[in-house]
Amino acid sequence: MARGAAFAAGLRLESHKALAMQRPLQVAAAPALAMVALDQGGGVAASSAVNPGMRVRIGTEIARPGDAASAAVHSPVSGVVRDVGPHDIVIENDGADTWGVPLEPVPWESLSAAGLTDGIREAGIVGLGGAAFPTSAKLTAARESSVEHLVLNGAECEPWISCDDALMRERAGDVVLGAQVMMRACGALRATIAVEDDKPEAIAALRAALSCAGDDRIGLLAIAALYPAGAERQLLATVTGVEVPHDALPPAIGLVCQNVGTAAAVAAWVRTGRPCISRIVTVTGGGVNQPANLEARIGTPLAALVAGCGGYRGNPTRLIAGGSMTGRALDSDAIPLTKAMNCILVASGADLAPRGPAMPCIRCGDCATACPAGLLPQQLHRAVLSDDTALFERHGLADCIECGCCDYVCPSQIPLTSSFREARARARARHEEMRRAAEARQRFEQRERRLAAQAQAERRAFDEARRRARGDGPPSGGTDAI
Amino acid sequence: MSDGTVLPAIAVAATVAATLGAALGWAATRLRPDEDRLVESINALLPQTQCGQCRYPGCRPYAEAIAHGEAGIDRCPPGGDATVRALADLLGREPTPVDPQFGAVTPRAVAVIDEDRCIGCALCLPACPVDAIVGAPRFMHTVLEAQCTGCALCLPPCPVDCIALRPPGRPV
Repeated sequence: MARGAAFAAGLRLESHKALAMQRPLQVAAAPALAMVALDQGGGVAASSAVNPGMRVRIGTEIARPGDAASAAVHSPVSGVVRDVGPHDIVIENDGADTWGVPLEPVPWESLSAAGLTDGIREAGIVGLGGAAFPTSAKLTAARESSVEHLVLNGAECEPWISCDDALMRERAGDVVLGAQVMMRACGALRATIAVEDDKPEAIAALRAALSCAGDDRIGLLAIAALYPAGAERQLLATVTGVEVPHDALPPAIGLVCQNVGTAAAVAAWVRTGRPCISRIVTVTGGGVNQPANLEARIGTPLAALVAGCGGYRGNPTRLIAGGSMTGRALDSDAIPLTKAMNCILVASGADLAPRGPAMPCIRCGDCATACPAGLLPQQLHRAVLSDDTALFERHGLADCIECGCCDYVCPSQIPLTSSFREARARARARHEEMRRAAEARQRFEQRERRLAAQAQAERRAFDEARRRARGDGPPSGGTDAI
Repeated sequence: MSDGTVLPAIAVAATVAATLGAALGWAATRLRPDEDRLVESINALLPQTQCGQCRYPGCRPYAEAIAHGEAGIDRCPPGGDATVRALADLLGREPTPVDPQFGAVTPRAVAVIDEDRCIGCALCLPACPVDAIVGAPRFMHTVLEAQCTGCALCLPPCPVDCIALRPPGRPV
């Protein structure tokens, strides 16, 4: 029996997932030229550790993590570094496919929790659900607030995306092993793998893997298929019945959430010693000949992935990284795969309903009914139109998860989500300006005080010197003759 | 109607008017809006570049001038339209574009010293209102980018013109 969603609203959408699930998980060909981005999607770039001309092998670390919130990046192919740019490293594949790291299992059961998170950081593992936030940072934060419950996110609620479904069907054992390793790394006492109930094969595979592992700390929970059940806060509310406070992160209430793909990457690392150099990506849509899920090396150009799926069909209208609700439209297929990309949607005209021009808001309230974060998008819209930062912050713009539900239901076809995203960026910039102004003011006032004190000290020293020149007389009490 | 009812009515009305008048008069002198607080709120909305483009010697003097009604709210090019709008909101006035006679509204810039040409004269150090230039006589100077407000006050004192304003975040 699937548990119903515990969040405010959401949408039942046509899933379009069967398209890519017709074919089994395939391994994509290694690219001839791998372009590895220094920022794998988490927003913080790693710093390059190689120079053009250097020989690298698979798994050679090519970029070091910058700070706590970034992870290492490894070469996905063996070959020669051709170029090191400000944003990416280009490696020419020699086709030998030799590994540059020892391929031996990690003795994870004897490693300390801190040792495990360090290893996960060095293995370049980041959140493969799409945010690419460094997994070690998330697990460390969870350990520091002694979380109790690890929730593995296998909901995969967004239309078109099926990479987690394919993974859970084919590698359920890795998901379970990953859960065990991550529980050790963050100190959680129990774990729940949450899967939407429209994936019966994945649930059966996980159930078999769980009985095989015989670990009664790990549970399996089928949840109702409802978009966006897989959004972190919404999933945790559904699984635990407790809402994460809007101004806090899940560890504040003893929870930590990880994607099932991330768990499988951690398992692959402890089983074989391999760092994260590939991921499963869904290539789907009416504009591609043979939609499928591919295990592809990071840095493979998207054009090569589409070619691996039989190439383009007809005249695709859009190339989207991600699903149809939160994905980002790309203007070129020459860009490479990153750890953050879970889906390449090659949409044909029939896949995406054309959007008409935005009409004025009629205040029907449909968006408020649909908003899973419990916000009032129509009020936010008014605040954004009047560019009133204080007002839209009061209406909770910071809590918008940008799921696109309000856009989807809006009868006036107002592009609400993108306007909220822009408003947030503007608000951030304004806050930054205010912070800078406050700092400048503090420095200016301190300087004024310092200069005044200096002038006073100089005047006093001058008076003192003059008195001494007159013959050490006592202070004359302001009756100077001069 | 006899005089016996009209006169008391006039007396009552006169008393009420006199009392309210006295109360308003008292309030006007004693409960004046706190000028300092107004200056503070205006100053908090200014970008604190201390650049003097408004023809006042700093942000606070300009805030005082606005509070006293001596200057318009359209004299701050570094703040741009956002500052004008915030001031208009605070003061209940109509926002207007920044008056170009006080300077053009440009994106944020920071001062950068061409270290090959700097002669270490230290003349730019006292010009900086926020102490964002590090240096000493006969040593090379440099600008702390994070602290620089882009006020351009260090440009005129430089005898070798080795300071320029550039967009922030660029490697030198």
